[in-house]
Amino acid sequence: MSVELLNFIETVLNGLMSGIMYSLVALGFVLIFKASGVFNFAQGVFALFAALTLVGFQTGQVPFSHLINELFGTKLHHWYPEIHSFLAIIFTIITMIVLAWIIERLVLKHLVNQEPIILFMATIGLAFVLEGIGDLMWGSDVKVLDVGIPSGGSEWLENATIGLAAEGSEYYGMYIDVLNVWATVIAVILVTALALFSQYTKTGRALRAVADDHQAALSVGISLRTIWVFVWAMSGFIAMVAGIMWGTESGVQFSLSLIALKALPVLILGGFTSIPGAIIGGLLIGVGEKLAEIYIGGLFDIGAIENWFAYFMALVFLLFRPQGLFGEKIIERV
Amino acid sequence: MSLSKIKNIPFGKNIIELKNISLSFGGVKALTEVSFEVKRGEVFAIIGPNGAGKSSMLNVINGFYKPTSGKINFAGQERLQMEPEFAAKSGIARTFQNIALFKGMSTLDNLMTGRLLKQKQNLFMQALYIGPAEKEETFHREKVERVIDFLDLQSIRRTPVGSLPYGLQKRVELGRALAMEPEILLLDEPMAGMNVEEKQDMSRFVLTANHELKTTIVLIEHDMSVVMDISDRIVVLDYGKKIGSGKPEEIRINKAVIDAYLGVSND
Repeated sequence: MSVELLNFIETVLNGLMSGIMYSLVALGFVLIFKASGVFNFAQGVFALFAALTLVGFQTGQVPFSHLINELFGTKLHHWYPEIHSFLAIIFTIITMIVLAWIIERLVLKHLVNQEPIILFMATIGLAFVLEGIGDLMWGSDVKVLDVGIPSGGSEWLENATIGLAAEGSEYYGMYIDVLNVWATVIAVILVTALALFSQYTKTGRALRAVADDHQAALSVGISLRTIWVFVWAMSGFIAMVAGIMWGTESGVQFSLSLIALKALPVLILGGFTSIPGAIIGGLLIGVGEKLAEIYIGGLFDIGAIENWFAYFMALVFLLFRPQGLFGEKIIERV
Repeated sequence: MSLSKIKNIPFGKNIIELKNISLSFGGVKALTEVSFEVKRGEVFAIIGPNGAGKSSMLNVINGFYKPTSGKINFAGQERLQMEPEFAAKSGIARTFQNIALFKGMSTLDNLMTGRLLKQKQNLFMQALYIGPAEKEETFHREKVERVIDFLDLQSIRRTPVGSLPYGLQKRVELGRALAMEPEILLLDEPMAGMNVEEKQDMSRFVLTANHELKTTIVLIEHDMSVVMDISDRIVVLDYGKKIGSGKPEEIRINKAVIDAYLGVSND
């Protein structure tokens, strides 16, 4: 095989795997949008909050310690040394469920049947509030997140591929981050579980029913509010998974919440209401970005195309297929 | 609570009593001081010209609308309003004027949603899909299959209902309501837009449900010949007010009703 071809394969593989990371974030948006028609602007902050909480639990930090110390002159900081990350993840999941319940209580319940734009504004508010609470609870310093997922280049793959290039050519093997492989495996498990769950269980059926028609769902006795808590908790869980992946890669800090912006082009490509759309949209964006960076960037000798190419793809899509690949086509009857 | 209470009410006794129900949206009065009662086991029709407040009345009964004033006595218990979830739990099922089905789901899945309230297994068992959860699913599947047989829906079992013709969609919607094994069935224009044959089928389904399953039926319908044929008692609304009630033969000769339908002013 020629070095060019091997490089191409490497780029595509890396693109697919970083795409999975985008899909994970987009998935959280789709779930909430389907079930409650709300575009949850706070999804990125959810990921940040979950990652912060996870680190906090893991390292035994006392929540709100700065605030408490300031008010009462105490010197609280940690109440136990590090605990196993599995336990910390369980605590974080519980926190996200409680958070979903509080959001339903304080925000959604009061805004039922309001215009979508009002709900959207509410989630913007929610994003800022939650960000503030996260800072207040766990402090705003950059944190290292390590739940034991290995990261860094895979030596095994490098060694396995080094011989593929022709004799004498300068090829050092493929570079693939193990963390991305893990993210892919976890995402596949997550999506499969989600699909099976919504297809074969009573709650899954109720979920699909609510996504399809609120009025009809009410008439068969489905409690919209329970379902909302459920989907918000579920997107909280997905946000946590995304938060773990992104946080492991680049530390837990405010910029983590900006991954929500990366999910937007994914949603435009895949459609706001489709779970397979979120996956495939993420993959396309991931591959597109990486290919553009290497090949278009190389051609014109410009860098950082990766940063904006996703939005460019989204714009092109909006021109030709505004509902996305799998979104429902909007037909207004006149 | 009330499902068992309803089952204790003898046939022919009041199951729902609506007392002086008024409903307004902003300044628009949809219903003014409407009172009537529905007896257990009967076919009760609400009729009236367009915009008379018939659908609003059904929405009050199953809790989609909260009446501005008035009381609802349901299964012997007085309340100011109903909640949709409570209504469904107490055995009230309904269909809608503008079909409200889960369009992306198959006929079977739509009917299965009617069984949701009767499924008791918790989330964890369902997620594992083992033992009792699986047995329960099978049990409800059998119930649904019976409804499918009854309504002749076998051939469209797996079809997404969004792609079905109008008449069949209406039938699936009735199926979903019947799958709930309701005590009271609210039907909002079940025969609208149907041809004669479809109307006959639909009347047959409604009457069978009433006779064999002993379901109390409250329906809104515009086709007078159908209404006169199948209902035991009728209430007539016009401009949100009750202008008459009684047996079909009484309604047929009621002057106010005839005037309302012909548009004669009584001023």
